[in-house]
Amino acid sequence: MTGRARELSVGIDVGGTNTDAVVLDGDDTVLAWTKQPTTADVTGGVRAALRSVLGDLGGRRAEVSRVMLGTTHATNAIVRRRDLGRIAVVRLGAPASGHYPPLVGWPDELRATVLAGSLLAGGGHLVDGYPISPLDPDGIRRFLDGLAGRFDAVAVCGIFGPSFPDQELEVAALVHERAGVDVPVSLSHEIGPLGLLERENATVLNAALHRVARDVTGALVTVVAEEGLDAAPFFAQNDGTLMTLDHAARYPVLTIGSGPANSIRGAARLSGADDAIVVDVGGTTSDLGVLNGGFPRESTLPREIGGVRTNFRMPDVLSLGVGGGTVVDTGRGALLTDSVGHRITTEALLFGGPTATLTDAAALAGPGPVTGRTLPPLDGADGAALRAALEEAHDRIGSAVERMSLGRVGLPLVVVGGGGFLVPDRVPGAGAVVRPDRGDVANAVGAAIALAGGRADRMCEVADRAAAIDAVSRQAVDRAVHAGADPRLVEVVDVLETPVSYSARPTLRVSVKAAGPLARTERRDT
Amino acid sequence: MGTTAAADPRRITRADVAPLAAGAAVFGTGGGGAVHTVQLAVESAVAEHGPVRLLDVDELGPDDLVITMSAIGAPSVGIEMLGASAQAPTLLAEVQRLLDRPVTAIMAAEIGGSNGVAPVGWAASSGLAVLDADGMGRAFPKGTMISMNVAGLPSGFAVNADVVGNVAVFRTVDMAWLERHARAFTVAAGGIALGAHYPLTAETAKGAVIEGTVGRAIAVGRRLLGSADPVADVAAELGAAVLASGKVIDIERITEGGFTRGSVTVEGVGPDRGRLLRIEIQNENLVVIEDGAVTVSVPDLVTVVDSETGHAISTELLRFGQRVSVLAWACDPLWRTARGIELTGPRAFGYDLDYVPFDGARAAGALR
Repeated sequence: MTGRARELSVGIDVGGTNTDAVVLDGDDTVLAWTKQPTTADVTGGVRAALRSVLGDLGGRRAEVSRVMLGTTHATNAIVRRRDLGRIAVVRLGAPASGHYPPLVGWPDELRATVLAGSLLAGGGHLVDGYPISPLDPDGIRRFLDGLAGRFDAVAVCGIFGPSFPDQELEVAALVHERAGVDVPVSLSHEIGPLGLLERENATVLNAALHRVARDVTGALVTVVAEEGLDAAPFFAQNDGTLMTLDHAARYPVLTIGSGPANSIRGAARLSGADDAIVVDVGGTTSDLGVLNGGFPRESTLPREIGGVRTNFRMPDVLSLGVGGGTVVDTGRGALLTDSVGHRITTEALLFGGPTATLTDAAALAGPGPVTGRTLPPLDGADGAALRAALEEAHDRIGSAVERMSLGRVGLPLVVVGGGGFLVPDRVPGAGAVVRPDRGDVANAVGAAIALAGGRADRMCEVADRAAAIDAVSRQAVDRAVHAGADPRLVEVVDVLETPVSYSARPTLRVSVKAAGPLARTERRDT
Repeated sequence: MGTTAAADPRRITRADVAPLAAGAAVFGTGGGGAVHTVQLAVESAVAEHGPVRLLDVDELGPDDLVITMSAIGAPSVGIEMLGASAQAPTLLAEVQRLLDRPVTAIMAAEIGGSNGVAPVGWAASSGLAVLDADGMGRAFPKGTMISMNVAGLPSGFAVNADVVGNVAVFRTVDMAWLERHARAFTVAAGGIALGAHYPLTAETAKGAVIEGTVGRAIAVGRRLLGSADPVADVAAELGAAVLASGKVIDIERITEGGFTRGSVTVEGVGPDRGRLLRIEIQNENLVVIEDGAVTVSVPDLVTVVDSETGHAISTELLRFGQRVSVLAWACDPLWRTARGIELTGPRAFGYDLDYVPFDGARAAGALR
């Protein structure tokens, strides 16, 4: 050890097209950055990106103490139905919920890939904790024995499991006793909040992603080792916080929304804003998110992943089909839903191609978005069409900003991404339009600055509100620490209380999020 | 889009369930509970047991016995504690025991929202028909706000069943007492229960139910899901007026006594620029006010739909900045009787306003 603080962090974001990496110092200054093509095996792109930024660091590479990876690997595995495990699903709560078989509503082919068998077993609770029916260990043993050798992992989901998790833990022990301690078991109360089908879906996906998680965590460890870095690896999760490798291996489904979360947090850090609207303009879409007190605002609606409805926390992102590559219909002067995407450098007018795009419209309107390139001569009608299309793009971005603001005026609008020139300098309803340096690698910056976090929720009567918030907060803090947060610095960052309508006794749903900086001691996962 | 369904409109096939759900959401007038989850149960029940016969009120024979059914309870509990397969059969067995004759069809208590979709699944798993009618023609928050009550039909009894097989039979002195006792059972049952009341026959159903609403919801949903211009098409299918298209610029919401009360303000865009509509909400959309004047009021129907997709937006999902269109259309004539207005007019919801009958056709001509 040189005695110098080892305070450098590497953030890597694996996107569909590019793998970005940055190195930040202890003050979050960007010391190095790169964009590399994403490779089919992921590892290749990550290796190239890490190698590139470490090369730029020179002698300071020994100061790197942590590497954070945000990846779409789990999402891709689900969408492409690849490398997914076969899952035995146990739902606790019979006879309740029998009208809804597990994996109902899944695309047939994905269900066939993932489902080894399912059991609706006794157990589960009413909203107030009263048992629906007794747990039936023998029935669960028979079910597991009947499927022996035909499943890779088990998913367990109890009715009101997030409020009363004991039975799910009991079933996990039972599975380990019956099928061996190495069988991965995913428990719903660790995966998502109330909402049985969506939480069960997420739990099953999580169990099915076990091998994918092992591969991608293995890839990160390999690449870090290849570079001889003495750095702790972490994964970014979808609420803008990090988790340890061990945690990522157990909860891979929670990495699924990390891309937008990283982009929002990174844009905020680069611009210095804690509360802002963030727009990431790419070639095909513009993705808008909101930063609330340093974290991405989360969506309260279920989200679909590969055709499956899930309810775990995801950033509230509004995606518009407006990007630098969006094709302009020169006949009507309007935007089409098509984009030339990464073919823009051969397709767009600005690059001598045949297709009018929004990049061309921006080039016509002002100082060229691409230095050293000028448009070919246009006739009057084409010029008017491009101008009308740009106006439409401005309108759509303006409407989306307004929609995301929920009526709050004057929030700064932070613009990142390669197509940022499509955002005008004044947007109605927003405050200052901020275009931070290095906004093109905001995703990787977001990964590098992420905190470790945890979350918990449960229902309670209003009279027990304070005690419930305490208990749920402790659980959230424990989870944050388990995810890698420094126990001395972890704090509750969000308490959400939602009244439950149509209930005779006043009932609340309490949801707490805790987060904190990573523990400095380099914990090695067991 | 079922060609089967088109060839045999009197059967509800699996392909009709998604349109039914989308249509029921429109008839929910902002309330009635989300339709997505129940759609899954109904699709899987119809896939397992086969299509469900849809029966007109006119087709009821002397041996037919229809029972009115609905789920009761808190939607936030309902997302976690889902229905049991045996719940509807258990409930129906009790109804048959009480009446000493077989039930042949199920009628939705309300066509609006999840309760308009679920009866198809209950009917499928019990081998019964569904009556092409309901007790509201929309969604209302209270059990007393039902057409059979307007028609003065006695309920006689009500049966509730929970998810584990407990059954309670209520013989209460009136609908208000039933509401109170049934609610107590629902709490003990864990916040959600299945209920049946108002047995109907060929003699009693006519004039006491809102006819044709299941078929109408399917038609609206089918038109919506297949449309390139969904707002206009849904309005045409409903015979509704598009009051205005605009954006949500203000939402006030408070939860009070188990209900969400508040208002939403829509500012017109495009041809409606310069207009402001305020919609008073209490779970459902109840009153529309423009320039200080009431233009539509409950029991006439007001639904807010997404201007792009035409899908209904429930009141709890309305958000600032959404691009929406406000549709309004006339309620069933039964609600416009003195008893109907007493039970479901603006005053029944605590608004100090007189009911203003809305004429969809005339308004459509004037406004569009």
